[in-house]
Amino acid sequence: MGPKSRMTLVLVLLGFVLCLFLERSGLLSAYVLQISMYVGINIILTLSLNLVNGYMGEFSVGHAGFMAIGAYVSSIITVRVFHNQMGPLVFPLAVIVAGIVTAATSFVVAFPSFRTRGDYLAIVTLAFNMIVKSVLENIDALGGPRGFMGMGRLTNLANVYAWCLVTIFVVRNLVYSNFGRAVLSIREDEVASNLVSVNTRQMKIMVFLIAAFFAGIAGALFAHVMQFINPRSFAIQKSTDILVMVYLGGIGSIFGSVLGATVCTVLLELLRPLGVWRWVVGPIMLVVLMICRPTGIMGLKELIGLIPREERVLVKKEETDVVTASN
Amino acid sequence: MATPLLSIRDLCVSYGNITAVRGISIDVEEGQIVTLIGANGAGKSTTLRAISGLVKQTTGSIKLRDTELTALAPHSIVEAGIAHVPEGRGIFANLTVHENLMLATYCRKDRDKIPEDEERVFSMFPRLKERLWQLGGTLSGGEQQMLAVARALMMRGVIMLLDEPSMGLSPILVQEIFKTIREINQDGTTVLLVEQNANMALKTASYGYVLQTGEIALHGLSEELADDPAVRAAYLGG
Repeated sequence: MGPKSRMTLVLVLLGFVLCLFLERSGLLSAYVLQISMYVGINIILTLSLNLVNGYMGEFSVGHAGFMAIGAYVSSIITVRVFHNQMGPLVFPLAVIVAGIVTAATSFVVAFPSFRTRGDYLAIVTLAFNMIVKSVLENIDALGGPRGFMGMGRLTNLANVYAWCLVTIFVVRNLVYSNFGRAVLSIREDEVASNLVSVNTRQMKIMVFLIAAFFAGIAGALFAHVMQFINPRSFAIQKSTDILVMVYLGGIGSIFGSVLGATVCTVLLELLRPLGVWRWVVGPIMLVVLMICRPTGIMGLKELIGLIPREERVLVKKEETDVVTASN
Repeated sequence: MATPLLSIRDLCVSYGNITAVRGISIDVEEGQIVTLIGANGAGKSTTLRAISGLVKQTTGSIKLRDTELTALAPHSIVEAGIAHVPEGRGIFANLTVHENLMLATYCRKDRDKIPEDEERVFSMFPRLKERLWQLGGTLSGGEQQMLAVARALMMRGVIMLLDEPSMGLSPILVQEIFKTIREINQDGTTVLLVEQNANMALKTASYGYVLQTGEIALHGLSEELADDPAVRAAYLGG
């Protein structure tokens, strides 16, 4: 392990300790703590959707549907199966199972919709989101439209922090690999991608499954912050929010997603004193941003610290090339 | 006669109600440059697209040695050894030249040979080495064509399909690209070349097929075709 990686490890551990400290010490109010956890959950959602919409160039609009599955599955595990016993021990397991079940469900959507090219995915995912919501509303055993409750507050800041890091780590290693280049090539030109022997259909299904896995994880974390979920929390509105975060932060950028999720979540909270007017001010700010920076805050650019070292040289080289060219 | 490297038999391709290719048969021997010439809409590009599996044939067979390609998915056809440079080049505009080249090696099992091939490509196209970290979309037309050919070379296929490599290039660049095609061929890659520029194509290739509204009107050695009065009148300007 090089000195730089050791440094990263130390920073990661420090962040972890900081999370535990902030939570235990009572320095932050319960409200701020809650918002911080939402930020984390939204980062996971945004990054996973960015994988499909930003890196792969498909258009999925039903991310909240996957989130719902994760939320309900994890809640069933902690409340119905384990009756809130051994919470801290069971919870990580419940989160992972929720992710896996969500990914498995997404396969049902991905398998038929990637047979065709073009905009079908948007329609299919939109329908999927609605189906999930109505199915949940009609299962009485899960509370139907009244919702599902009884979860302990098992999500804490350290938990969210850890899953955020896992998501960032996985997405980063994915997009800077041979596999990732193939994903990018699908966005750029699908025919040419075929002609360099990328199995585009298989690739799309795999990326979609990974994205759904993390959406499920985010749903599970969300359910155990709120301690109450109902089908309405996972309507199209929620999917739209995630889409906004992706495009605000910038497609094809990890740091962009982190920024987009943070800015959106915090901004909406800061605007709360405006009452109903925040739904006017917020979108106007978004429109202004889209006029000034149509590709989002980061827009296909990446924070240099997130780029693997061997590729980082390339970015610097590119910049000096541009400079010499302009001279 | 030995079995040809690529043999197409009675190939028909339709787009909906429109039949673009009507029962053509083409043989490409190993080590040859074979050209398909013809007017717009004669079915030249469709033939290449059918070989790579980008469009499915209605009837007919396409064989690479003993492998029947028509049953395979496009990515498997590439793995079987077909390197297709599509019409319009198919450059990944938002990826660097380096990434474009590395994508060509996506399916290759012999990863240790990749640096060697990279060197070979750079000695052939020194310009690409200079532009290695630039985005594909920022290259000039000629450089993009070089990148497309270089990418196909990195795939180390047994046969390269070139779809109108001269399109949109200046006369000097056209000369250069045809010189490159001959070099590639001398290095041992078989080439199937589709061209509008019949003059250059017939000078470069050893054998030619003339396509007319989806059928093969004529075929023969390139010199013979170049001397044929009908070909001269229709494609070589008298």
